[in-house]
Amino acid sequence: MKLGIVKEIRAEERRVAASPQVVGKWIKGGWEVQVERGAGDIASYPDNQYEAAGATLVDRAAAWTSDIVLKLRPPVLNDDGTSEADQMREGATLVSYIFPGENPALVERLATKKLTVLAMDQVPRISRAQKMDALSSMANIAGYRAVIEAANRYGSFFTGQITAAGKVRPAKVLIIGAGVAGLAALGAARGLGAIVRAFDVRAAVEDQVKSLGGEFLTVTIKESGDGAGGYAKEMSKEFLDAEYALFREQAKDVDIVITTALIPGKPAPKLWFTDMVELMKPGSVIVDLAAEKGGNCDLTKPGEVIVHNGVTIIGYPDLACRMPHVASELYGTNLLHFLDEMGGAAGHKIDHENDAVRPALVLEQGEKKWPAPPMKKAEAPKPAPVAAAAAAAVVAVKPAPTGPAHPKPAHGHTPAARPPSRALGMVMTMLGIAAAIAFVALRYGKADALASESTRDLLQHVTVFVMAIFVGFQVVWNVAPALHTPLMSVTNAISGIIVVGGLLGARSDGTLHGSTMVAIAATLFATINIAGGFLVTRRMLAMFRK
Amino acid sequence: MPFLNSQALINAAYLVAGVLFILSLRGLSGQESARRGNLYGVIGMAIAIAATLASNPQLGGKFHPVLFAAILGGAVVGGVLAARVGMTQMPELVALLHSFVGLAAVLVGFSLDLFGDGAGGPPSLTHRIEIFIDVWIGAITLTGSILAFGKLRGKMFGLKVSGRPLLLPGRHVFNLTMLGISLVGAYLYAKDGNQLGLHIGTAVACVLGVHLVAAIGGADMPVVVSMLNSYSGWTAAAAGFMLGNDLLIITGALVGSSGAILSYIMCRAMNRSIWSVIFGGFGAAPPKQAAGAAQPAGDVLDIDPAGLAEKLKEAKSVVIIPGYGMAVGRAQHAVRELTEVLRGRGVNVRFAIHPVAGRLPGHMNVLLAEANVPYDIVMEMDEINPDFPTTDVAMVIGANDIVNPAAEDDPTSPIAGMPVLQVWKAKLVIVNKRSRAAGYAGIDNPLFYKPVTRMLFGDAKDAVEKVVAALKA
Repeated sequence: MKLGIVKEIRAEERRVAASPQVVGKWIKGGWEVQVERGAGDIASYPDNQYEAAGATLVDRAAAWTSDIVLKLRPPVLNDDGTSEADQMREGATLVSYIFPGENPALVERLATKKLTVLAMDQVPRISRAQKMDALSSMANIAGYRAVIEAANRYGSFFTGQITAAGKVRPAKVLIIGAGVAGLAALGAARGLGAIVRAFDVRAAVEDQVKSLGGEFLTVTIKESGDGAGGYAKEMSKEFLDAEYALFREQAKDVDIVITTALIPGKPAPKLWFTDMVELMKPGSVIVDLAAEKGGNCDLTKPGEVIVHNGVTIIGYPDLACRMPHVASELYGTNLLHFLDEMGGAAGHKIDHENDAVRPALVLEQGEKKWPAPPMKKAEAPKPAPVAAAAAAAVVAVKPAPTGPAHPKPAHGHTPAARPPSRALGMVMTMLGIAAAIAFVALRYGKADALASESTRDLLQHVTVFVMAIFVGFQVVWNVAPALHTPLMSVTNAISGIIVVGGLLGARSDGTLHGSTMVAIAATLFATINIAGGFLVTRRMLAMFRK
Repeated sequence: MPFLNSQALINAAYLVAGVLFILSLRGLSGQESARRGNLYGVIGMAIAIAATLASNPQLGGKFHPVLFAAILGGAVVGGVLAARVGMTQMPELVALLHSFVGLAAVLVGFSLDLFGDGAGGPPSLTHRIEIFIDVWIGAITLTGSILAFGKLRGKMFGLKVSGRPLLLPGRHVFNLTMLGISLVGAYLYAKDGNQLGLHIGTAVACVLGVHLVAAIGGADMPVVVSMLNSYSGWTAAAAGFMLGNDLLIITGALVGSSGAILSYIMCRAMNRSIWSVIFGGFGAAPPKQAAGAAQPAGDVLDIDPAGLAEKLKEAKSVVIIPGYGMAVGRAQHAVRELTEVLRGRGVNVRFAIHPVAGRLPGHMNVLLAEANVPYDIVMEMDEINPDFPTTDVAMVIGANDIVNPAAEDDPTSPIAGMPVLQVWKAKLVIVNKRSRAAGYAGIDNPLFYKPVTRMLFGDAKDAVEKVVAALKA
């Protein structure tokens, strides 16, 4: 079977579907490969490298008439209804980005040629398909490049420096959406020495952000932003309000903002408003990775770099195209794995049971197969960074303990005494209620048959004991540290209640038995404790004043 | 009137007393309600005692006049102690009072044992078990508290008592052996009321109490005091089981659980495991003092009161970190005066209180309150730590371990991992110390060698007064 690699014809596209290295692997795997002359020129893969890898160099028409055409961008659909892919043979296969949801006309056109079409953008986000996930590969590149573009426009160091000529503070970078692109940007910005914060609605990514050395920022309202397939879902209004408030605060502080928020199949959510841009310091830079889908920032002009109030807003829709060499290599590798998944050169077929391939199938011999029916069981969204959303997130959950105004000190400690967790509180409450019921049952119930008098008494005492422990637990948790000493001294006084034991033991028939004398001594000491404890507490408390 | 001394009425009175104790503890958790809380406690206690006295005629027997003399005497002694004690001696007093509770519990247990079944025979089996438990916990509380008192005071019976932990080789085996002997004693006593068993148990518990407290280092002392507080509560609860008295059980459990939780809160504040505090260094890495690598390099620079006054005149923000040295030197009034002078000059003065500053939780707050320092400028560690980088002068007065950067930097330090006040981030750090000796935990402090640090040697009160005089001049 012949694979055909065609040249991308869109003006802004600099990538090619596969690099010579990938082509070499296909040749070894038993494929014949035809490459259109000059396909890899802009990506710095000259024709002779493809030839050396074993491919045949052909003209455009020959490349398009291969059995399987490999491409990156969706075929161009001309105004007259014809398409770039019209040259394909009837019944041949096309593997490319298609975005079938947004390009129904293109899909119709391809169907008329009875083509089989597989969309690389529809490869599911499941662990097994990770190696074929081209969107993640490209998002990774875009995230990295976003930092480089920002650095290029930013007038200072990313890293803090202390020089003979003075001290330069490090740049502060805010990344909105910690999907693949966001995490890649986080890593790149950290690598340059900046202070990096990342927002995401999905609490699960907190660890990933921290593992890359970023600070995770969130909002107090409890709402999980985990949507299907590793993307973030849309959030409620209160949530968004809290999120925007946090952004406004951050806007004053940070130098670079990189937004990566996308919702599948919808225009990019607006979350960085004009007033936020105006809050930023002159010289700051915004890189809008969602520019292609309209942008996350109000002012983003897709494809352009504009300056508003001294703030540069970069709206390049094609950041991955700006690194065509590596992008072509990675896309090609994704294609390689995809074809292997379909059986390789020897066993190439379309397996409807394959949960990694079936969702990508748009047309089969011209018959519409998209969207795919749900598979038996959706795999849980992938936890690893590489596996997470391409450029996910509508952003942000609850505030990190230290507010954005004071970044967490390096030696920061978590607050020492937290109130008990709600779960623990629930357990204690249940225990208390159970003890109360047991008490009532033992005391007033007809439990005579249960046991002897003394066992019943003991059980009753135990329930009282447990209840009291529970109450003590509840009462003391929120004590102010300044009052620890008075609290201790008053509990000390109260523990003098042992005097009751002394008094009861001191009952006698009027003569002093040994037991009576000992009990009287006990009473003496307990009384010292009571009087001393309460008085000293009173003295202490009298001193506290506002 | 039969109704007035009926058991039902007494139970009702006990219930009221129990509720008042709960309200009392609850009141103590906030500044505003604290005084009312103490009052509730007093009323609750009065009701409990009155009800117990009233219960007597019906239950048989009379009170001997000596008993009333004992109550009166106890009240007077307690009152005098409380009225006389200086605020700096507060920790010792609290420890001493704990030991009285322990002693009383032991005595109540013995009394009940002597009383027997009321007809010359030994108490019943359930009672014997309960008596043994009561006496055992009471004895641990008694001797533990006395040793804690000695450690806090620094001397006892004319002997010097070190704050350092006593770590016997095989101390856990020792503890287990003690426990084993206690069980044998308990068995002997429970089987047929053999008093020898009870006496063995008491003696062993006394030794155990000393050993448990001896194994605990000085820096953990506040937790120990709070733990002993908890023990004294459990003792009272055990006595309640013994006497079948619900009020004792309720109150004892209240005090026991609140003390345990207080200890737990403090342990968390110090990043200590509560078990290591209870069992004395259990699982703790041995201190590696001799490693040599920990020896900080650099010079110690000092400053005189006049020089410090100049620096303070230029400062906008000052944070004062008091420690036990301030308590010992009774410098709190001088510090208050310094605060007033500086605030009069428009300086933002605040106090930073470490959770375990001093020898008792909240010790510093009490001292500052005594000196009339308003509590709204007294900050806790978590509130103040982020502010040190913007602080012009951080004044450490008689504190050492709680400002030791080794807790964060040096994993081999015995206090590694304990949260500390990050004073070294301030622009200037003044450390007032009597001498160059190490802190209570016996560790050297790299803070003294930091370039931002200046030492103000001398007695805390004396030094601060000189600074105030220089500021006024």
